[in-house]
Amino acid sequence: MIEVKDVHFSYPTGVEALKGVSLSIGEGEFVAIMGQNGAGKTTLIKHFNGLLKPSKGEVLVDGVSTRDVSVAKLARTVGFVFQNPDHQLFSDTVYEEIAFGLRNFGFDAETVEKRVDWALNLLDLTEYAKTSPFLLSGGERKRVALASVLAWDPKVVILDEPTIGQDHRQKENLRQFIVQLNGQGKTVVVVTHDVEFVAECGPRVILMTGGEVIADGEAKKILTDTTLTLSASIVPPQITQIFLGLSDFGVPSDVIDVSEAKRILMDYLRGAGY
Amino acid sequence: MSVFQGFRFRRVTSPIHSLDPRAKFVFVLALFVVAVLFSDLVPLLVLFFVPLPFVLAAGVRREWLRSLRGAVFLAVLIFVFNFVFGYLYKTSTTAVLLEFSFAMSLRFVVLVESFSVFFLTTSPDHLSLALEQSHVPYDFTFAFTTAVRFVPVLAEEAETIMDAQKARGLELERGNFLKRVRNYIPILIPLIVSAIRRSLELAEAMESRAWGASPKHTNLYVLKLRRGDFVILIFSVVLLVVGVYVRYFVSIPHLSTFLPPLPF
Repeated sequence: MIEVKDVHFSYPTGVEALKGVSLSIGEGEFVAIMGQNGAGKTTLIKHFNGLLKPSKGEVLVDGVSTRDVSVAKLARTVGFVFQNPDHQLFSDTVYEEIAFGLRNFGFDAETVEKRVDWALNLLDLTEYAKTSPFLLSGGERKRVALASVLAWDPKVVILDEPTIGQDHRQKENLRQFIVQLNGQGKTVVVVTHDVEFVAECGPRVILMTGGEVIADGEAKKILTDTTLTLSASIVPPQITQIFLGLSDFGVPSDVIDVSEAKRILMDYLRGAGY
Repeated sequence: MSVFQGFRFRRVTSPIHSLDPRAKFVFVLALFVVAVLFSDLVPLLVLFFVPLPFVLAAGVRREWLRSLRGAVFLAVLIFVFNFVFGYLYKTSTTAVLLEFSFAMSLRFVVLVESFSVFFLTTSPDHLSLALEQSHVPYDFTFAFTTAVRFVPVLAEEAETIMDAQKARGLELERGNFLKRVRNYIPILIPLIVSAIRRSLELAEAMESRAWGASPKHTNLYVLKLRRGDFVILIFSVVLLVVGVYVRYFVSIPHLSTFLPPLPF
């Protein structure tokens, strides 16, 4: 689906943000890209829809180099939801906001109407269809931004920091929503700092630091490796920290799932005669 | 956005950076006035080279060149407009017209380069200090420096917004002229909204830090003219005097009179 081949990227200011990144993301995969600030995560995902073109190396989307096609064309396949919804909302109504992308891609009026209704319903925004997006709360604006991208049904959905500024319930909704999208066969790429969120989702994790990929694998394996997490400036999930602290009692150290943790502890306590 | 890059200050030490901003401003102003006085190619060519030693001494050659590159588009536009309209209205012979149009765009370049040197070598803090110590009310000084400081921030934000809209299939370069202008609406609205939001937040942050609580305040640094500053000031005055003298009392040769007449 997305093939990144030894990509280097330098900003005009001379900062080398990517220093030879290679990876491939298959169709229907769920990937979380993690790492400290300035690790090159956002720079990397901006290559996925051609907003940035590699200084060296190449990025293939569906086998086509991003150098050869326009962003508008790539965006049809790769939907990108920006971190801050205020960077894209501009219409009079939520309805128009969601229709914007569809019209850009040249859908006919009937399809636009159908797809907007579908997206409004999907993100529970139908009651706001005629409201100005500027009057909505932060979480709602984020949902409008998400709806405005999902409306054209891209094969790949990229979410930059989707959990920032969301309360727990919104986050849980978002998690279920992402898992559901992924379940329907969409490729989902999430850039995030939120370790707990990733631990609950359990995707493939790509860990970046200083413009390079330092680890790539199952969330369970990477988030519990303290050497890796330390070098990427993230902390393991709290449940993992507890289990790492309890390793003297012979509990496994690679636990990120709370219900799994509960089961292991129950077994342990029963074995100890409680 | 590359024009903005040419005006972005980078903190380094050089003889030019440590000059008094007031002296530098007088110099830029003198250059400005002299450049506007002339519409002939020869003096403007001379003026073009005047800021060069400053650029080299300040070590900002790269940024400075970038600002010039940013100005090229407008300079070309000025050239084309002057030439096309002069040609249509038959104001003079083609050779003279060419020279005049080129002089006009060179004048623009001279203005850009001199202001670029000023902003590249003067920190925003220095600038506000200079304004304040020239007895400009602090409210104005503050508003001015805040505006200057937020230019790069806004430029960056505009880029992010463009990226976000391109990711939703917006093609800025598509359509006829009117459509292209309309294409910028999805960029401008979020930019303006966020600028307003940002300024309200800034106002709140200032109020919560007791902005305006004491009408008089002191500065840690006090600007003082030194020897180098006087050299610049004298140089500016000389530039101005020579400029005015040449403009009114010396007949300036046209380059085109030395060349063989053009065939068209």
